[in-house]
Amino acid sequence: MIADNIVHFARVLRGAGMAIGPDRVLAALAAVELVGLQRREDVHAALSAVMLERHEQQPLFDAAFDTFWRDPKLLEQMMYLLLPKISGRGDKQRAPRANRLAEALSVPKAPPPPNPANQTAKEEVQFDTHFSFSDRERLQKADFESMTTAEYELAKKLAEQLPLPVDPVRRRRHEAATNARHGGRLDLRATLQRMARQPHTLEPLYTRPREELPSLVVLIDISGSMDRYSRLLLHYVHGLMRRALKVHTLTFGTRLTNITRCLKERDPDVALRLADEQVQDWKGGTRIASSLHEFNRLWARRLLGANAALLLVTDGLDRDEHGDLSAAAAQLHRLAHQVVWLNPLLRFEGFEARASGVRALLPHVDRFLPVHNLASLADLGSALRATPVAPHTLLH
Amino acid sequence: MSLPLPESVDAVIELLAAENYVCDRQLATALFLSLKLSRPLFLEGAPGVGKTELAKTLARALNTLLLRVQCYEGLDVAQTAYEWNVARQMIEIRLAEAAHDVDREQLTRNLYARSMLIERPLLQALTQTRSPVLLIDELDRADEPFDAFLLEVLAENQLTIPEYGTVVAAAPPITLITSNRTREIHDALKRRCLYHWVGFPSVERELDIVRLKAPGASDRLYRQVVEFVQRMRTLDLFKSPGVAETIDWTNALVALNSMQLDPASVQDTLGVLLKHQDDIVRMQSGDTAKLLDELRAKALL
Repeated sequence: MIADNIVHFARVLRGAGMAIGPDRVLAALAAVELVGLQRREDVHAALSAVMLERHEQQPLFDAAFDTFWRDPKLLEQMMYLLLPKISGRGDKQRAPRANRLAEALSVPKAPPPPNPANQTAKEEVQFDTHFSFSDRERLQKADFESMTTAEYELAKKLAEQLPLPVDPVRRRRHEAATNARHGGRLDLRATLQRMARQPHTLEPLYTRPREELPSLVVLIDISGSMDRYSRLLLHYVHGLMRRALKVHTLTFGTRLTNITRCLKERDPDVALRLADEQVQDWKGGTRIASSLHEFNRLWARRLLGANAALLLVTDGLDRDEHGDLSAAAAQLHRLAHQVVWLNPLLRFEGFEARASGVRALLPHVDRFLPVHNLASLADLGSALRATPVAPHTLLH
Repeated sequence: MSLPLPESVDAVIELLAAENYVCDRQLATALFLSLKLSRPLFLEGAPGVGKTELAKTLARALNTLLLRVQCYEGLDVAQTAYEWNVARQMIEIRLAEAAHDVDREQLTRNLYARSMLIERPLLQALTQTRSPVLLIDELDRADEPFDAFLLEVLAENQLTIPEYGTVVAAAPPITLITSNRTREIHDALKRRCLYHWVGFPSVERELDIVRLKAPGASDRLYRQVVEFVQRMRTLDLFKSPGVAETIDWTNALVALNSMQLDPASVQDTLGVLLKHQDDIVRMQSGDTAKLLDELRAKALL
């Protein structure tokens, strides 16, 4: 009887996206046998010890446990309703989806009914702010929509496959190599161990300097003119952080905010919501020069060590009368190993560097990544795959 | 053998003062606790505030050995902890081969004997008979894998050498770690330490330090120098001058026979205090005059 229930419970959790194989079901059975059925919390603890593999799964598990041990049928129906329908084989990354479910379980909320008339009006008003910029400080929230399943899958794919905007750097730490080329050297300790194992032979072993991707600092402009790209870019950065890469993220509009900790959250929607709460100046004015200056002074030395690369995401439209953008950018260039500028506001082919901010920034970046008409993550992907533009060619 | 350690916070201050190190009470408390609880002390702060100097002074005051690991990227076990004497090992193998007497067991025992180990600072720190001071300097310059390697030494005062076994310290070292915070050190390492942020000293304390470390100037000049530098630190400079710079500057002024600060002498010696071109330009374009005016207003000039 209890075995049936556990098998059933495991099947429900599996449906909700947790990776629970038959081995875990067997372990769960053994665990429940050992702790006994006298106390509900013991059973809960035993099952969660056996079935969870990440802390993030706990809320979902708890919710499922509570409901299941009241009425298994009800839970199954609920899960079925809440599950996003995803077709396709091999869902490898189950956890984020499960996390999304957990959120849905705790706050069952229907999306607001669309109001076509209202929406067009809102868009018309917004159009002006999208392509204008100012230096007024306006504190407001971004209110990102949560990701659709298709977006989520695409973002995951892109983050895993996209070439990175930065070059690998050579480290001083060595790894095993087959020969002494490319700065390699003889590894005496390993060679000797081999000799001790096989006397009368001498087979030299080598090491070579390890090449790896540098840690990345992303500075994202979130002012009014960049508003329509913020969500997209944050998703991209969140994806980068999921790769084996050290990423620090700061946003700037009228003030500089470090949102690295927010983006450490595994679930992209939760991460963006946390970032939204942390950052005060969404869709406000732009003060690129002061922001860069502040970054140089407070953060550059903490974050740009060990040949870190800097990815600057801005349209370069600066309305900062007080700051010297050129000087701040030059200093930034000296502090970072490489500076890559991703500019998403190129709506036309045949870009010319006319805006003063753009002209001030261009001489101080190593690589320029223009994105024509950045409307989706796929556009960002093709921009990253394209050959980067040498910044100096644009300065005529 | 463990060292005779100071019995109170005041005793720590006195001990260091005897070696010309002026130490504020908070730092002395952190150091006292670190000695009492046998926990490493993690010192973080801007360059030139006396972090490394503390370790050197402590070793002198306790009359014990100072072992120093200067960190840099790519630092590995061979440079910091131990290295096998591969040349000797090779000879050992050749001898065994030449004698046609290759007993694998015996050979391995000989190859990885204690005498084949070359001790580097971390291992040395664990093999002393009298507790040494172990200084791991500028840990932020090493890369992250090195942090992980330190965990065993810091927490357990022991080092595991795969081919040999575990070396446990008979006299645990007094460990000080310094960092300029050019990267965040992992929490797992910080957790094993006591933490102290070394800030810039107050006017009076800095005066005491400069008097001790840069003798030869008049009391009036000391006060001018310290007041001037303290005001500089409130400016929005890329790199504020540390205490080390204040000492250097005083020495420079004494060497130039300056009796008091004036625009010309400040101008000429600014390179002792500031090491960034932007900062120097900024001071030269008005801020020097402004600070000197402020000193004059306080009747210090």
